[in-house]
Amino acid sequence: MPLNRTVLRASLTALLAALLAAPVIYKRLAGGSRGVQQADVANALVHYGFHLQESAQAAGIHFVHTAPKLDAKLNHIMEQVASMGAAVSIVDFNRDGRADIYVVNSGEGSRNALYENLGDGRFRDVAEEVGLADLNAAGTGASMGAVWGDYDNDGYEDVLVYKWGKPELFHNDGGKHFSRVTEQAGLPAWVNANTAIWFDYDNDGKLDLFLGGYYREDIDLWHLTTTRFMPTSFEYASNGGRKYLIHNLGGGRFEEVSAKMGIDSRRWSLAAVAADFRGTGYSDLFVANDYGVSELYLNEGGKRFREAGKETGVGFAPKSGMNASVGDVLNQGKFAVYVSNISEEGVLVQGNNLWMPDPSRVAGKLAFENVANAMGVELGGWSFGAQFGDLNNDGFLDLFLTNGNVSLDRSRSYWYDYSKVAGGNEAIISDAANWPPLEGRSLGGYQQKHVWINDGAGRFTEVAMMAGVTDLYDGRSVAMADFDNRGVLDVVVANQRGPLLLYRNTVAPGNHWIEFELEGQRSNRSAIGAEVRVFWNGRVQLQEVSGGSGFCSQNQRRLHFGLGKTSTPDRVEIRWPSGIRQKIEAPAADRLYRLKEPV
Amino acid sequence: MTATVNRGSSAIGRFFSLENRYLAPFLITSILLASEVAFGLLESFSRTLLAISVSILFDLVLGRLTYGRFPNVASAYITGISVGILVRSPVFWPYALCSAIAITSKYTLRWRGHHLWNPSNFAISAILLLAPEYVATLSVQWGNDVWPMTIVWILGAAIVYRVQRFHITLAYVLSFAALSALRCMITGHPLLAELAPITGPMYQLFVFFMITDPKTTVSTRRGQILVAFLVAVAEMILRLARVVDAPFFALAIVGPSAMAVDIWRRGRKTQTVNQGNGKVAAAPLPNYRISGSASSGPAD
Repeated sequence: MPLNRTVLRASLTALLAALLAAPVIYKRLAGGSRGVQQADVANALVHYGFHLQESAQAAGIHFVHTAPKLDAKLNHIMEQVASMGAAVSIVDFNRDGRADIYVVNSGEGSRNALYENLGDGRFRDVAEEVGLADLNAAGTGASMGAVWGDYDNDGYEDVLVYKWGKPELFHNDGGKHFSRVTEQAGLPAWVNANTAIWFDYDNDGKLDLFLGGYYREDIDLWHLTTTRFMPTSFEYASNGGRKYLIHNLGGGRFEEVSAKMGIDSRRWSLAAVAADFRGTGYSDLFVANDYGVSELYLNEGGKRFREAGKETGVGFAPKSGMNASVGDVLNQGKFAVYVSNISEEGVLVQGNNLWMPDPSRVAGKLAFENVANAMGVELGGWSFGAQFGDLNNDGFLDLFLTNGNVSLDRSRSYWYDYSKVAGGNEAIISDAANWPPLEGRSLGGYQQKHVWINDGAGRFTEVAMMAGVTDLYDGRSVAMADFDNRGVLDVVVANQRGPLLLYRNTVAPGNHWIEFELEGQRSNRSAIGAEVRVFWNGRVQLQEVSGGSGFCSQNQRRLHFGLGKTSTPDRVEIRWPSGIRQKIEAPAADRLYRLKEPV
Repeated sequence: MTATVNRGSSAIGRFFSLENRYLAPFLITSILLASEVAFGLLESFSRTLLAISVSILFDLVLGRLTYGRFPNVASAYITGISVGILVRSPVFWPYALCSAIAITSKYTLRWRGHHLWNPSNFAISAILLLAPEYVATLSVQWGNDVWPMTIVWILGAAIVYRVQRFHITLAYVLSFAALSALRCMITGHPLLAELAPITGPMYQLFVFFMITDPKTTVSTRRGQILVAFLVAVAEMILRLARVVDAPFFALAIVGPSAMAVDIWRRGRKTQTVNQGNGKVAAAPLPNYRISGSASSGPAD
């Protein structure tokens, strides 16, 4: 029986009004205490247990990234195309026990910098002295990042500098000088690469390389013969650079084996990370791709890789993958993968992905579920690099995320123009000549970095402003290290066309920590791929020694675990890449353990 | 003008007839499934199913409350599936909310017995304004190949031709193209950049399944062409103001205004006829079944 018409009409109107008001109310409730966030050291220490203080200048770091100037055919969208290249990696290049910083530059003739840690809170750029500065000469391309690994097991970390151009391999000569060994190594002549990692995929004790192309390798961005080299689609592009799996033959020689090993992709790679997701003892390879889906290459006993993105759930929804970092975020002894994407209000809301192993799916098979929304780490902005690390030593991995793409005129946005071509057909989007001119507009610029602290119960809380991270530079690469050997993780951020920032960390007293520095003997000497599990209070946290992760970055190889109030963890288990296992019972906390692989 | 055209008596003919209210749901579902299998178009199946479920649920409840019986859910299904395709959000609630707003608006925003806004257009426009942090619209391609786009254009054109709405689509597309050239001259941007949006799936769904909506388009053929042109003009103005979701807002502005004028004119015409011959002669509404707002139940 129909209701009274007046009552019905009033009720329907009220219902519609309530539905329309719902998003506003939701935002009010979800917004919580926003707007009262101010950096206050004492407050941050009390509430979050740590505070980050930007102190690059005070530490003697005066590095400012410059972007390359590409072919004039790209002048109308230059800042958008040349929007990558700021990258940072951590290494102890001279084995003095202190973490140093290598940061790359990209402008023609610009200099990369190697900041030697002097041990008194200051750094000194020694790149010129050791031969790692002059890597951006005209005609050779622009540096995009660097990864460190001891490829010849002589005890000193060597470095691969990957570029939009000629990748360069340098041998570390005893921590005093670096010798260019690119030709002897047989590296490819030209790769427009935005990611590279060291890992020993076949566990033969020698570090191999993965190198991921972004633009096609036959494109010289400074001497274009065509403008038709852009992605054929915003979400389904497969016309990017090829991938290289470069096997270490020993004796300083390498062999490219990607086709033989089953890696055959032309997606637009921006990030890669290797980790043993299945407990096979062999490192799998996760690749985050721009303009498309992520790829997961499962390592089949070091003999072959099998792409299983769709099968495992990570390769289904295409986004703009720009980061790949792993962390055991729930202390379950399992790696989750964080992939950053793009979110812009009302235009493109991809959301970042936190891929959590999902045991509820098919038993015995690897599967992931995206829990970024549920855990509160989904919306960043135009996100790039991210790293996990326990910033307050409470025993749970926190997450530092950089955001911001192109910051030019703050009052004018390129999003509208970008959205026109982004939705266009292949014939339109793939030709740079069709892209509307940038004309000084910003595209996803002036964005706040995010620092999410992990409550250990499945939620992260954003505290960047309150924790002291207030800069709005276009963040790219982020790396973490304990620069002062005090059991605290500091954070370094490389910004595109901006300064290198060093966020010194102050942690509230009371929480304990433990660190491990591993050296392989049967395994590769850098111990890349080694897994360390720390058990305490009925939980376990897994970390791995990494040969590169995040976006164009590499954390300190040393592993840092916060322990909360626990002064003596139950035990520590180490699985070396060789398969050798090592156990330490009840180690004392607040110490760095330097361990050699037992053979 | 009436839309009852004899399409033959074969089963296929009957299926592809104007009277078949399941034709549009069938076709839009086919396009959806094909594009999902081929390109993973959807944000997720579960979100699309949520949008469809909420849409149908609201239509059943509000239809029952309003008219005392359950409506046919074909139109609610199309509203839900349109929301499921066109809304892009990493979270679930916008899909449910958008569907709820769409169906509720159909029962609420009415004048002289007709609803004014295309429900999914109204809801998507509202949620874009109210929750831009969480919502965007479909802005990607049919894969990276020209063929899927071509197939959708041909299929979509055939559908709207069959149900006698092709002139609306054609008027809009031609207007968009001409006004793109004008925008190109004004902005100095490449012509292909201005034309690019219409090559994407969002526009194809817009021109085939939203602006042709029988229940929210005016009654005369000439009027329909004029309104399609005016939507394109409004969109051009919004585009010059750099509004990303210009087509939705343009239709949300022009559509109800045109409907209001049309309803008012028909009311006057009916009145005049009644005064002239003393007979009751209601000006007929179109009776096609294609779009998300084509309320095929009692709410009509």
